[in-house]
Amino acid sequence: MKKNNENLSGKIVPASSVGLAFKRAVKSFALLKESRIGMAGLFLVVLWILIAIFAPLIAPYDPLANFQPFLKPGMVDSKGNLFLLGTDQIGRDMLSRLIFGARRVLIFAPLATFSAYLVGIVMGLLAGYRGGWWDIVLTRVGDVILSFPPIVLYIVIIGVVGATAINIVAAIILASGPGIMRIVRGLVLDIRTREYIAAAETRGESDLFIMLVEILPNARGPLIVDACLRLGFVTITIGILAFLGLGLPPPEPDWGGMVNEARVFALAFPHMTLFPCIAISSLVLGFNLLADGLREISLRD
Amino acid sequence: MTIDYNETVLEIEGLCLSYFIRAGEVPAVVDFDLKLHRGEAVGLVGESGCGKSTVANAIMQYMGNTGAIVKGKVKFMGNDMSEMSGEQIRQIRGKEIAMVYQEPMAALNPSLSIATQMTEVLVFHEGAAIHDAYERSLNMLRDVHIPDPERLMESYPHQISGGQQQRVVIAMALLLNPSLLLLDEPTTALDVTVEAGIVELIAELSSKFGTSLLYISHNLGLMLEVCDRIAVMYSGEVVEEGSVESIFSNPKHPYTHGLFGCIPMLHTDKNAHPLVAIPGQLPLPHERPQGCYFGPRCHSFKGAVCDAEEISMSKIGGEDRNHRVRCPRWEEIKKDDSINRVVAKKPIDTGSTVLEVENMQKYYVMHDNSLGALMTGKRVKYVKANEQINFRAAQGETVAIVGESGCGKSTFAKVLVGLETVTKGEVRLEGVDIGSMPVKSRSPELLSSLQMIFQNPNDTLNPSLSVGMQIGRVIKRFGLESDPAKIKDRVLQLLDSIKMPRDSYFRMPRQLSGGQKQRVGIARAFAGQPKTVIADEPISALDVSVAAAVTEVLMDMQRNYATTLLFISHDLSTVRYLSDRIVVMYLGQIMERGTTSEVFSPPYHPYTEALLSAVPIADLSVEKRRIVLEGTLPSPLDPPRGCPFSTRCFRKVGNICDEELPPVQFAADRHAIACHIPLEELEAVEPVIKLPDRDENVHRDV
Repeated sequence: MKKNNENLSGKIVPASSVGLAFKRAVKSFALLKESRIGMAGLFLVVLWILIAIFAPLIAPYDPLANFQPFLKPGMVDSKGNLFLLGTDQIGRDMLSRLIFGARRVLIFAPLATFSAYLVGIVMGLLAGYRGGWWDIVLTRVGDVILSFPPIVLYIVIIGVVGATAINIVAAIILASGPGIMRIVRGLVLDIRTREYIAAAETRGESDLFIMLVEILPNARGPLIVDACLRLGFVTITIGILAFLGLGLPPPEPDWGGMVNEARVFALAFPHMTLFPCIAISSLVLGFNLLADGLREISLRD
Repeated sequence: MTIDYNETVLEIEGLCLSYFIRAGEVPAVVDFDLKLHRGEAVGLVGESGCGKSTVANAIMQYMGNTGAIVKGKVKFMGNDMSEMSGEQIRQIRGKEIAMVYQEPMAALNPSLSIATQMTEVLVFHEGAAIHDAYERSLNMLRDVHIPDPERLMESYPHQISGGQQQRVVIAMALLLNPSLLLLDEPTTALDVTVEAGIVELIAELSSKFGTSLLYISHNLGLMLEVCDRIAVMYSGEVVEEGSVESIFSNPKHPYTHGLFGCIPMLHTDKNAHPLVAIPGQLPLPHERPQGCYFGPRCHSFKGAVCDAEEISMSKIGGEDRNHRVRCPRWEEIKKDDSINRVVAKKPIDTGSTVLEVENMQKYYVMHDNSLGALMTGKRVKYVKANEQINFRAAQGETVAIVGESGCGKSTFAKVLVGLETVTKGEVRLEGVDIGSMPVKSRSPELLSSLQMIFQNPNDTLNPSLSVGMQIGRVIKRFGLESDPAKIKDRVLQLLDSIKMPRDSYFRMPRQLSGGQKQRVGIARAFAGQPKTVIADEPISALDVSVAAAVTEVLMDMQRNYATTLLFISHDLSTVRYLSDRIVVMYLGQIMERGTTSEVFSPPYHPYTEALLSAVPIADLSVEKRRIVLEGTLPSPLDPPRGCPFSTRCFRKVGNICDEELPPVQFAADRHAIACHIPLEELEAVEPVIKLPDRDENVHRDV
């Protein structure tokens, strides 16, 4: 803080407000230290992110290479290779596949969630701030979509248009966009009655400015928490889709797909389904705990 | 029943109370003494954060998970409360010590009828039979002057008005005839005319039942009407205590002096005697200075004396033996020290008419889709927010719009800035009719010439943008400057003129206090150099000393820019202090309008008369005639057919008041009164407020 004061007494540094915003973001993130749950969640999430980034360095083998199939965890094959988590039905190393599988989920879950948020926020802002027909049409459309069980939606959409990366993201946008819109709309309805919105209106600001600058930043708290939770849901969804055979095509490792391929051997070789499930659960748990932690600190401040 | 008035009901000795939070120990109340006899009313006065509510909670032995008594004793009827068991304390709460809170709606359970809530008290504490309990509750409601108590007993809290809710809460508190009644800002959430009724009721009840009162408020004027003795608190400690007469006529502590300097008294006036705000801010509990906590803000501060060891209370002697003050230099400090430092300011020259409102009307349309409405065909209802509004404001003039909640004054402000449009009539700003021009279709010049200051300090600034960005945006938006460096220069100049440090440029709103936020709101409104500014209750949410500072900032800004100011308020004493003209509104209509002196002296409209009487005045020398209004504000959905005030008027002349709209009578050129009573009769009315002799007045001022 001291430093800023010095800035001021001297000359104006144009970048300082951006720098300040960054500092504030870091500072508020540092608050997470006070929440044990949040730190546990952060640890899990960061752990998986690091694993995904450094996958080629960590993974003991090529995830697509075939060794001896059906090895149990800790077993050694005829050439003396050690498989900590065993191998699958066509002899690929489970550990390496899990490590590389993290990449796929950590790219697609945030990408899909972020896209769904973009759509949901735009819809929510329009419905909440513009009101009137915008509100009626957008909410009704949202209600119709929300009235389908999401899994049915996924199966229908991806079954029809095919399982490609873009289609999966689009399906997730369609299924979770309306839910996000509802949250945003509720927040906007509250915020638009504030006096600073009236102040902006009386100085003739455009609707776009009011929605993006005056309203949206003040809805960020609940939205960040929800985004974190939703990341968990989307991770599960991607897993489910892969399990149902609607995921991205093999042979790239995919946690949900691994469970699907190994499910017939589940009784004889439980490790082949168990480890991918643990991977999915731990990442989802991480997101959920992080969301809880964020909510805890946001309530405290 | 004979009442022994010498019996001590409550005795607090050297009470020190702290909250223990993550950051450590926060001393909330320090060295607090109090002795309360039976039937006595003691007032605790102070600004928010001074620990007055904490004291009340400590008496109830309710301090939550984090609070604890560190030192000292609370003795109730001679027994130390800290030695009582939980069960004993539960018996005392409600039965012996009752509490009335600020928000009546929050104190009543919204899902139970009044009867259920009231009888429950008697059944729980005394095991009374339901039937008896009902009878006694009914009688108690009569004692608090509730009309038609039988009907009210069956109502739910949301069905009755705020004033009635508070009466029910008081009745409930008094049901078990407690020895001590704690009132924590009981009238702050209520309108002035309703407040006057409650205050009268409280005074009446305490003498009737011999209940001792501890009355907590920030309003010195109310203290004068309710209490026998008062204690002034500052930053967790009592700085001065004594009888009401002694403290009002002979205040000793510089903080008490400061408080009096902050209240718009009848002898203050915005030009000759501006308000004197107390400089600085209340220190945070862990940042209190050594010695006198008020030291850093005191203009009589003297090193080595004031910042030495702890300062204890000293008796001042004189008529009131118990008048004590916590100031080492009280003998040297005179009250006038602060008042004499006032510099008279030049009045603004008023120019030509800027704003003209003619026969303005604003109705809100409501669609009623109930079955009954469908059958009768009356599906559209009108909320008559404004009806027949007429007035003019000249350049540089301050016009106050006064009225209680629901009188349509905020709707009027919204119409002016274009957030709503008129239903009928014209609003002309410099000759241009803007009444039916929504904000979207107004030109940037028009927008910049009419800006608004809002009421709620926590809501007026965008919490996500820094102060500098919010003010700078206005300058950029209205095209006063486009170069970022020049914009910043202007913002810094504005910060200077609202007396804020320049480094607040980078501050976020949550880092500012309520008064500072409100100042930034003022700067934002003036940043576009508007010709007219509308201020909607800009100081009603602020503490006394903060309000004084903000008022002065507002006045200075107005002076600098020669702006026309429309000041919307419910507080007549502030209005009297700062406005040139006053418009009194009731239920969407103008009851009276004229210059300030015209409105404050006969002929009055009866409603103005009641309003004037309801304003608490913190001045012993002023005599006031008491008028307490009966009844409640009618719904604007279904206003009376004749005069809107007819349902509560105490000068009603007959059926004509209910049937016909009153004519507008002119007592002077622009002094209009809408009333059926002939002007001569209104002229003959005795003044509500009597000032002491002029000589005496002058003497006191000097």
